[in-house]
Order: sequence, then structure tokens, then C-alpha cells
Amino acid sequence: MATGTEEHAAEGGGLAIHPMDQFIVKPLFGDGPVHWYTVTNVTLWMAIAVVALLGMFVLATRHRGIIPSRLQSVAEMLYGFIHKMVEDVTGHEGLKYFPYIMTLFMFIFLSNFLGLLPMAFTTTSHIAVTAVMAMAVFLTVTLVGLYRNGIGFLGIFWVTAAPLVLRPILALIEVISYFVRPVSHSIRLAGNMMAGHAVMKVFAGFAGVLGAGAVLPIVAITAVYALEMLVSFIQAYVFAILTCVYLRDALHSPHH
Amino acid sequence: MATESTAAETAGHAASSVCVNEHGGAIGMPQLCGEWFPNQMFWLVVTLVVMYLILSRIALPRIAAVLAERKGTIMNDLAAAEELKQKAAAAERAYNEALVNARTEAAKIVAAAKADIQKDLGVAMAQADVEISAMAARSEKSIAEIRAGALEAVETVARDTAAEVVAALGGAADAKSVMAAVAARMKG
Repeated sequence: MATGTEEHAAEGGGLAIHPMDQFIVKPLFGDGPVHWYTVTNVTLWMAIAVVALLGMFVLATRHRGIIPSRLQSVAEMLYGFIHKMVEDVTGHEGLKYFPYIMTLFMFIFLSNFLGLLPMAFTTTSHIAVTAVMAMAVFLTVTLVGLYRNGIGFLGIFWVTAAPLVLRPILALIEVISYFVRPVSHSIRLAGNMMAGHAVMKVFAGFAGVLGAGAVLPIVAITAVYALEMLVSFIQAYVFAILTCVYLRDALHSPHH
Repeated sequence: MATESTAAETAGHAASSVCVNEHGGAIGMPQLCGEWFPNQMFWLVVTLVVMYLILSRIALPRIAAVLAERKGTIMNDLAAAEELKQKAAAAERAYNEALVNARTEAAKIVAAAKADIQKDLGVAMAQADVEISAMAARSEKSIAEIRAGALEAVETVARDTAAEVVAALGGAADAKSVMAAVAARMKG
């Protein structure tokens, strides 16, 4: 929904840009209230992401080619990229969590890029979506850490490398930072996606007002669009690698 | 949660919400609209479960198998290439050996042939020498014969001529004295 402000500008007259309208959740069929089960634009764009995933990872790899087709090599590249990242960051025993991290990465990656299509709805720009994922990661990491290391998992808060006097203060800071993790984890992604899309919408509004002479806004949109493509990939990568980093804490507690 | 707003319906936008104004525009940040949270969370969980099943059941094992198979194929190919390389090196070595052998063999044959030729040549030369010396001897003999014949003829001619010359001068030459005189002249 990066473009398409023209009708707002026309009906409002002057600079009537509504950069936040693209984030509205609305039912696909009818105008009823949005219940938890209602089929909305959220459902539609998540379903498109699932279809894209099926196309990339199931349809493209169906020949199991030793010499891959183009799309198959993209799937293999993403597989290799995340697989190597999980192995490098969490070590060999972290590899059993690879499918979970791959799921998160692919969901964010596909949602971010699909959201860049004109008129698209960006599911990952919503804090409700990213917070659920961040909380899932937080709970998983905490439970895995407690299960594997028992009470020793709390050792990550007790910095043995620091002088004894400083350790209680550091422990307090560590505890706070530990519980802030899901907040920063989710807001980083949602904020990035929302800001980029809103900026594009604002420039699109300028272009709509200026009409045919809107060279500068269009150049700006092009530049922001390129930047947003970079951000879309980087944010998916950052979310996945932070998940790996948190998981490493749970798998390799300092006292064990 | 749902509030009725007919104005929004006329605007053709999502209605019945505290997060949307009468024109269907957003009020504040739609991200913070609590009444949409359950919907997003529900569909997110559904999507993540579906994606997880697709990836863990079908896609990831398949890609892992393909990558392993490719790795195996490449390893096999490399091993085969190494083997072929060694074979090529062995073949080259054998070729060089054969070449060296052939050279020595050829040198041997050349030497043998030379010796043979030398021998034949020696025999032929000896034979030719014998023939030449025989022919030379024969020639010498015939030359000697001819020379002897010539001397005799000269003596006869001289005697006859001397007798004729004496007779022409009016003397009577007896054969004995003419012969003696000629013999004396021929010696002198």
C-alpha cells in the first residue's frame, strides 16, 4: 500500500496524506467487526506468504536436482545461510532448533518483502505479530535454559569476570536487559517495517499532490524503496540471529 | 468492542471500530489498536504452524538430502578425477618407458646392421682384391708376352732389313754374320 494515496489527496484537497491507513486491519468479506477468527487482510497476506513459501521451498525443489534450478538454488542458499548461522552461533547442538529459526526467518523475510508490493499489507509492521514471535522466543529460551542447566541457568546474570563488588549491580542490569529482550526484539522489527512504509506513503502523497511534476518525490520513493528492501532482509536476519544468540545463552550457560 | 458507524460504511472502508474514523482512516497508530490483536495473533499462530510443518516435514529434509547428495556426487567426481589423473600419469610413464626401450632397441638394431654391413663389405673387399690381383697378374703376363713378341719381331725385321740393305749395297751377306751384327747392335 505504498502507493495509492492519490484518491485521498483528491478527496481531501491539498496535503491530505494518511500514511497510517495502510496498517488498518479490515475484514476481507463485508464490513463486520474484527473477531479473532475473522478472515482479514492479515489472513490474506499471511496466506500469500505461505503460498510463496510453498512455491520456493516445495514446488521449486520438487525435482531434487543435483544441478538446481534458479528458484531451487535460492531455497538452498537461504537454507545454507540460516543453517550456517545457527551452527556458527549456537554450536552443533543448536542445530535441532534450526527448523524453528528457519520458520521465523522465512515468515519475517517473506512478510517484509511481500509488504513492499504496492497495495500490500505488511503483517510484520504490527507489534501484535512481532511481540508474539518475540515472546515465543523469550519463553522458549528461558524454558530450554532452565531445563538444560537447572538453577545454574541463572548464572548468566552473575558475571564472574567482574570484580565481586560490581557483580550485584551487574546482575541487576543483566536481569533488566534479559527481560527487555522481547520488547526490543519485537519493537525493532515492527518499528523498522512501519517507519519505512509510512515514509514511502508520505512521499507518495507528495507525488500525488505535485502531479506530473513530482520528480523529486518519485526519486525519493525509489531510493527509500531500495533502502527498504535492504531493511527487509536485514531485519529478518537480525531477528533470526538474535534468536540464535539468546538460544546460545540457554544452551551454554556459563557455569556448565 | 464493536461500535456501529454507518458513515464508515458509506466511505467503503472497514467499519465498526474505535480505531477507525468515519472516513475509514486510521485514528492514531493502527498497531496499537487492541481490538485487532486477537485476530492477528490467531492468524500468526496458524501461519507459523503451517510454515513450520511445511519446512520441517517437507522442505528442509528434502534440501538437506539434495545438498548431501550433491556433496557426495562432487566427492565421487573428485575421486574419479584423481583416479583418472593417476591413470594418465601411469600411462605417460609407460609411454616414456616404451619410448626409451624402443630407442635402445633401435640403436641395437642399427649397430647390428652396421656390423653386418661391415662384415659383408670386408668379404666383398677381400674377394674383389683377389679378383683384382688375379686380373693384374694376367694382364702382366700378357703384357710380358706381348713385349717378348715385339722384341722378337724387331730382331727379325732388323735382320731382314740388314740383309736387304747389304744386298742392295752390292755385298753378299751371309746370314750368320748379319745375325751376329744385328744381335750385337740390339744389345748395344
